[in-house]
Amino acid sequence: MLEILAERFNYIPIIILMMIGLYVVIATGNLVKRLVGLSIFQTSVFLLYITIGKVFGGAPPILENYKADDGYGHGGEGAGHGAAEAGHAADAAAGYAADHAAPAADAGAHAASDAAHQATEILYSNPLPHVLILTAIVVGVATLAVGLALVVRIRESYGTIEDDALNAADYSLESGSAE
Amino acid sequence: MQFLADFLPAGVAMHAPALIVVIPLITAALAALVPNGRVAWIVALVTAAAVALLSLNLLGQVINEGVISYHMGGWAPPLGIEYRVDMLNIALLLLVGIVGLLCVFYALPSVADEIAQNKQALFYSAFLVCFAGLLGVTITGDAFNVFVFLEISSISTYVLIAMGAGKDRRALTASYNYLILGTIGATFFVIGVGFLYMATGTLNMADMAAILEVNGHNRVTQAAFAFIVVGLGLKAAMFPLHVWLPNAYAFAPNFVTAFLASTATKVAFYALIRFLFSVFHPDVSFVEMSFVWLFAVVGTVAMVVASLQAVFQTDARRLLAYSSVAQVGYMMLGLGMGTASGLQAGLLHLMNHALMKGALFMALGAFALNFGVRRVKDLAGMSKTMPASATAFTIAGLSLVGVPLTVGFTSKWYLVTAALERGWWWAVAALMLSSLLALAYVARLLSAIWMDSPPSHHGELAQRRLAPWMVLLPMSLLALANIYFFFHADPLVWLARSAAEAVMGGN
Amino acid sequence: MWTPELSLALALVLPALGGVFVALLGSRPNLREAATLIAAVLLAFNVAYLVEVAQGHPTLNLATLAPGLHLVFKLEPLGAVFAAVASGLWIVNSLYSIGYMRSNNEKNQTRFYVCFCIAIAGAMGVALSGNLLTMFLFYEVLTLSTYPLVTHKGDAKAKRGGAIYLSILLGTSIGLLLPAVIATHFLAGSTDFVAGGLLAINEITPAISSVLLVLFAFGIGKAALMPVHPWLPNAMVAPTPVSALLHAVAVVKAGVFAMLKVGTYIFGPALIAITPAADALAWIAGISIVLASVVAMTKDNLKARLAFSTVSQLSYVTLGVMLGSPLAMLGGALQIVMHAWGKITLFMSAGAIYTATGKTEISQMDGLGRYMPWLFIAYTVGALSIIGLPPLGGSWPKLFLLQGAWDSGQGWLMVALIASSILNVAYLLPLSARGFFSPPAEAKLKKQPPMLVILPPVITALGVVVLFFLIGPLRDYLAPVFFSSTLAAEAAL
Repeated sequence: MLEILAERFNYIPIIILMMIGLYVVIATGNLVKRLVGLSIFQTSVFLLYITIGKVFGGAPPILENYKADDGYGHGGEGAGHGAAEAGHAADAAAGYAADHAAPAADAGAHAASDAAHQATEILYSNPLPHVLILTAIVVGVATLAVGLALVVRIRESYGTIEDDALNAADYSLESGSAE
Repeated sequence: MQFLADFLPAGVAMHAPALIVVIPLITAALAALVPNGRVAWIVALVTAAAVALLSLNLLGQVINEGVISYHMGGWAPPLGIEYRVDMLNIALLLLVGIVGLLCVFYALPSVADEIAQNKQALFYSAFLVCFAGLLGVTITGDAFNVFVFLEISSISTYVLIAMGAGKDRRALTASYNYLILGTIGATFFVIGVGFLYMATGTLNMADMAAILEVNGHNRVTQAAFAFIVVGLGLKAAMFPLHVWLPNAYAFAPNFVTAFLASTATKVAFYALIRFLFSVFHPDVSFVEMSFVWLFAVVGTVAMVVASLQAVFQTDARRLLAYSSVAQVGYMMLGLGMGTASGLQAGLLHLMNHALMKGALFMALGAFALNFGVRRVKDLAGMSKTMPASATAFTIAGLSLVGVPLTVGFTSKWYLVTAALERGWWWAVAALMLSSLLALAYVARLLSAIWMDSPPSHHGELAQRRLAPWMVLLPMSLLALANIYFFFHADPLVWLARSAAEAVMGGN
Repeated sequence: MWTPELSLALALVLPALGGVFVALLGSRPNLREAATLIAAVLLAFNVAYLVEVAQGHPTLNLATLAPGLHLVFKLEPLGAVFAAVASGLWIVNSLYSIGYMRSNNEKNQTRFYVCFCIAIAGAMGVALSGNLLTMFLFYEVLTLSTYPLVTHKGDAKAKRGGAIYLSILLGTSIGLLLPAVIATHFLAGSTDFVAGGLLAINEITPAISSVLLVLFAFGIGKAALMPVHPWLPNAMVAPTPVSALLHAVAVVKAGVFAMLKVGTYIFGPALIAITPAADALAWIAGISIVLASVVAMTKDNLKARLAFSTVSQLSYVTLGVMLGSPLAMLGGALQIVMHAWGKITLFMSAGAIYTATGKTEISQMDGLGRYMPWLFIAYTVGALSIIGLPPLGGSWPKLFLLQGAWDSGQGWLMVALIASSILNVAYLLPLSARGFFSPPAEAKLKKQPPMLVILPPVITALGVVVLFFLIGPLRDYLAPVFFSSTLAAEAAL
């Protein structure tokens, strides 16, 4: 049991953060606090993605002997291999095809396994989750911005940002207009 | 169909899958820059027309050449992002493109009435972003890309709904609640995608499916499945995750409601089908189980409960919003049958429902434009004061019930046949019960329109007031489509069938 | 060229076109009424032609909705007879409508006539339909087009009646009939009307055929089988011409006609005979017949009494279908014709009395027969026909039904039929007695009723007598539908 937990220690803070975030969203009646909870919830997911990109003993995914004429720095392409390839095809598609010729289902990180059979034997961490999360963070920030803007507008027109008070105001509006 | 594939220049046609998303994104920025609302509307109109043309062109291409795989930026999948058009999503692209065009056409008078002058350009800009997002979700073949586009459309939707605050401040709270729930849904979805990525090491949906087929399923993919279903179900207003929808539809500007009701939930529903059938496989035991025990059950409950809720609404738009939740139930039921004919019926209803709800919300918008109608009883005497809009409303309303001579009947026919094929008599009973409830709430609306006398001001009856032709035209087109596609059900049935076959066929 | 196919199309087009002209001529009442009459007469000629060619089964494909779903007209004798009854009585009723609507100064007369035309078109569609889908479609057209007629007065009572009318008819048709239609399509692969029975060809279990038969029996709400009958009494808020043509002829007869078609061409007598539910439904029909008659006796309002009488009489047809014997079905078919002529006479009489005196309750009509002898004679003839007295047309269906009930071993149902005839006497004849023999009470003629409301009931009363003698040709015309050959019919009779 302990071993299982220890192997997956990265999930523990993620789950804690996730639950805190969701709880705050549900439990608080304050619109701003609810957005805070939402952000915590989202952040836990960012962490989820980022931690799975880590390969134990892996170096940062930066090519060491990068040559300018490589054309591109694709995945964990080894330097010598890349040079040979760049000669006959400078586009990504060809590079991909060469990489993928081995039919082994490369579950796990593409980059890491690619690198593994390179002569240089440099182990890289997977950079893709970082890129994804960069996008997700942008989305999160945008959501937060819109949410906060809405809260400002709500405060302007209702004079409160507490859920109960808002419901009461809406209810009185509804029963008032029904007459 | 050859002319559909050929009418655009080859260069444009080749990049059509990218252009259909990129054009609205670029013009969104353009619309935000122009100072004048009317100019922004022209930008939006041109964009929507371009998108509609591109979607028609893509239809031609798909018919001719089969699945189109477009490599974004020349990077081959699965590492690059793939845009993939097959018979399933071309149906949705067409729907979004054409209904979008009609809605934009409708928008000018409606928006001029509801949105402050200086906000109109930004409003159209937000609409275009939303438009792009919906198209992006539909066309992309990359799981994470689905999330990004889903959020692009959602965030702009929050803004669009909140713009209804000019008429009713409750639009703000409705939008806020949708934001919270929508974000939770999107985050659930992205967790699910994350798990799938852990299990397969790829984000390309076709690649995922291939790897899952080789590797089989485990706890991680099951968890992914659950997160994705909940996340997308929330966006698609799948009962009981629909609570955000009624208020959002009721208080958004009329144009936004008409557009969202006929496209947004449909696109989320499409994404759900894509994941259920194309990424996971319907033969996998837990997916199969979810059909019967989740989608069919939830769909049936939604059909009955949400219809019942609709019967007792006082706000006309909220009534139709609950009806939308019920109609999503019909689609869920079709999906839950897990057969090609069930899925076909669900998709057929998806398209037909867009025709009905589009016309209904447009007509309500027209009523609101001239007489400020919001509640059911405000509709009194609209047959005398706005006969054309009332007629369109009536046709679409009868279609919602499933009366013959309208597409609603065709939907019901196929749904019931599919249920019988599956041997689900209880589903037939539920469908009929729900139709009767639909009859009850539509009858409330129609009897107010046709039977009650128009409102009077100081003893003077309200005068006949024609809606602007820009409102009348798209509304009548949609209403007539409700009749036309009864007599010529072939195109839609064919589209639905090829879509169902495209995903049931394995890929 | 005057082909049967063209004629089929015209049967639908003529009344529809009539409606268009009526709408266009709305501001000129005389021309407008002329349009109605011309359409009615042309339609009658057209249908007369159809009756002649019906044995050839001309077919017209109206539209193909989707693969396997067609809207088709296919003529056969039953439909031709129903079309003939509806179109023939439309002429008489149009004359009557003109008199009634004008002398009662009704509002929105143009809308009235337009809806009337559409309703007749709907009835024609039902009569000529070649499959269940087409029939269902026109059945709904008929429902929707008569709704404005029922609520014509526009007051609260009319609206309430209209709401009940619409909710029961649409509710049963969408909730029960539609699934039955789709299930038939699913089981048999089509919904075509096939001689001998579509489902009889396909093997289905008794359980499924029972469920389907029940769905049809109650789904066809227009047949007013108890307990889905309340729409009919509630529809009596309509002006009398509507009650006369639609709720004695077109609408209710479309219901029982649909029932008959389902019994003959979808199930077939043989399948009904072995379907367990048919017995139960025959009993429900029998109970409807007696119970509705009893209720009719309690009504003082003449139209309400006639409405319940209609409920009772309609169940004769349903009974005929459910007995599953060809003879009883033939009786049911004849009942459609005979009852239509009898009941329209009664309704038009009721309307004429209302026009002349403003009275609607039977207890207020004492002694009126002296002022309007012809009208009361017509009423009495119609009533006697419904009771089933020879030499009036209404006696034939009762005879056939009695024989059919005996043949199919449901002897007890004969009791219901006879009891109903006795009850008919008890609730229909008192008006004649009061009219002729009671001393005139306070009721005086407000005005001499116009010729146009007196003449039509007299014409239909004459028709009832004529029909008695026309039974031979009528039977020979209809028998092939139910019996494999006319020879068998002769043998059975």
